[in-house]
Amino acid sequence: MTTATLHAATLTAFSRKKRLTIAVPLVILAYFAYIFVSFDVAGLGDRINLNNARTLLSDSYSYKTHVAQNNRDGAISISVEGERKGQYPGGTAPDWVSLGDATVVDLGKGHVITLGPQVSYDIPGYGVVTARPNGTGVNAVFPRGDLPDYINASKNRVMIATDAGRFTITRARAEVFKYSYGWELFFFTLDSPYYGMGPVELARHALSGEAGAIWQDFWTNKMWRHGDVLWALFETLLMAFLGTFGAAIFALPLAFLAARNFTPLGIFRFAARRVFDFLRGVDGLIWTIVLSRAFGPGPLTGSLAILLTDTGTFGKMFSEALENVDEKQIEGITSTGAKPMQRYRFGVFPQVLPVLISQVLYYLESNTRSATIIGAITGGGIGLLLTQAIATQKDWEEVTYYIVLIILLVMAMDSLSGWLRRKLIKGDG
Amino acid sequence: MADKTETGGNATTDGGAYLEHIKKKRLMNFIMMVVFLALLVSGFYTADKRNAGGFWDGLSHIFDFPAAMFSEAFERAPLMPGYLIKYFPSLIETINIAAASTLIGGLLGLAMSLLVTRGFAPVPWLVNPLRRVLDILRAIPEIVIALVLIFMLGGGPVPAMIAIALHSVGALGKLFSEVNENASLKPVEGLASVGAGWTQRMVLGVIPQVAPNYLSYALLRFEINIRASAILGFVGAGGIGYDLRNTMSWGIGKYDEAAAIFILLFLTIVVVDQLSGLLRNRLTHGAANPQVIL
Repeated sequence: MTTATLHAATLTAFSRKKRLTIAVPLVILAYFAYIFVSFDVAGLGDRINLNNARTLLSDSYSYKTHVAQNNRDGAISISVEGERKGQYPGGTAPDWVSLGDATVVDLGKGHVITLGPQVSYDIPGYGVVTARPNGTGVNAVFPRGDLPDYINASKNRVMIATDAGRFTITRARAEVFKYSYGWELFFFTLDSPYYGMGPVELARHALSGEAGAIWQDFWTNKMWRHGDVLWALFETLLMAFLGTFGAAIFALPLAFLAARNFTPLGIFRFAARRVFDFLRGVDGLIWTIVLSRAFGPGPLTGSLAILLTDTGTFGKMFSEALENVDEKQIEGITSTGAKPMQRYRFGVFPQVLPVLISQVLYYLESNTRSATIIGAITGGGIGLLLTQAIATQKDWEEVTYYIVLIILLVMAMDSLSGWLRRKLIKGDG
Repeated sequence: MADKTETGGNATTDGGAYLEHIKKKRLMNFIMMVVFLALLVSGFYTADKRNAGGFWDGLSHIFDFPAAMFSEAFERAPLMPGYLIKYFPSLIETINIAAASTLIGGLLGLAMSLLVTRGFAPVPWLVNPLRRVLDILRAIPEIVIALVLIFMLGGGPVPAMIAIALHSVGALGKLFSEVNENASLKPVEGLASVGAGWTQRMVLGVIPQVAPNYLSYALLRFEINIRASAILGFVGAGGIGYDLRNTMSWGIGKYDEAAAIFILLFLTIVVVDQLSGLLRNRLTHGAANPQVIL
């Protein structure tokens, strides 16, 4: 009889399992199908901007130098990324440009562009394109035959994009872009005397008493703004630090109120728990918005937003930890005639502190990420720099730089919190 | 006073060494406490100085905005149900972003976790590189990926979904691999002895053991992802966050709608937290609550 029921029960369990193994993947598939339709994933092909993707990718590991001629007065200006901050001082040029009556730009691989009243571009395997821009147009002359696809020409504008670089000429302006690898001007801008020096030479200068000036030029680099970036990173870190530990300090007394074994009075317990639920439920996003209305953008707003949200989270976690304390240790302390404060000091804290600290340290790392996000929303720290750089839609090398810094910061905080956790928990034994 | 009463008994037998040790430890703890508090205070001072508005100044205005919002919401209270219905589809989108990214993150995280658990990994030399990949995925804030993707794909829910999913792969991959490490190897060996391939060993031997823990972590992730998806909407990635930003930048006159969105968001977060907490409790049968990695 029992064997029979057992047999039947096993069979039912088996068939239930079987149905489940088929049903679960089916449900997941159906859900993805629904998402595919409702998010219009199929239409993504039309929305995707491959050009943007290409610019972003190539910009992140390369830079372009602009050599521009004002066709009216023949003035030449050379600058990195076409920015004023990256301009070569008058009379200087990178080694692939030779200044003179006619400026010769050697793009490499045989591509040579000559700027002057007559502009010419010698394209290997095709021929020489010449142009003589004046009031009537650019007057471009091409070699015989059809124009290749990489040349786009009209009366007032010629654009040539080859592997070696890009060349654009209009009536007012002739411009050459040369692409090179790396992040140019990362250490020093062109107006610094230390630009282009190798590490050995720099060390020599530093030893002969110029270390301060070298540091100054690096720190105030106008292109990469190392000083500002470091401050921004520090602000983000500050938000995470203040938010996390501030929340822990506020949450601890509240957690005692919410723990069943420390607060026999139900009404306090209920109140404290609802406060936690409210703080957590409102969430960092809404706190950020509300607080930024009162305090304006900056690290304080971010700190307080993290502090409020995490007071709720910590309060809940701490009170759970407090409910799990071992009563025996407290009884033992009480039996020696300890007063309430001493009971907490020697009976409760040694038990829960390592657990609480470890939980808080876990959050330190995740709050570093939250601080970046809050900074992007309210304006402050590295999050602000990141959104600004993305908004320009051209400083992708800076975006890449910030992303790398953010990842390194978060990983460093992760290691630090792990190290502290191990150390504190072992140390308290 | 308290110190003496506690250690007095030991001091007579063990001599001064123990007392000395305790004293030193107390002193160190005290110094650390002072340094920590000094850091905290000076930190707040610095943050206050670098903020646009000061702390004390702002504190008196902290209820200005909520008050303006609530008064507007009360004034037009009859419109409230309409707003709640109006923004409900956006709320569904936000929840869908979170659910889809949790699902994708969970499935990819599952595959990754099996690849990075020693003993299960089919390609042992890939364990460490893949772990670094998970570390990096976990370290990138979702907003970074979302902003870059918005630039390439345009606004909408897909960039947010991808961004949150990538982060979830990193977080869940690590948690799942920790679960895997505690799984019994016996079923796996048994399956291997009857000639099961790697996939069969994993699907039939490992996953049934660890599925409840996986589910519990995935639910926790879903709670976190709901919040993340609302935040990403705020930077232009669709859902209710996007509506919130639009009503907020409109300012006075649309605060009642902002209030409706706040209410929807708050209720969603609370309900999802409670439900997933209940489910997780049932999955782990009241066992010690899992360690949270956000």
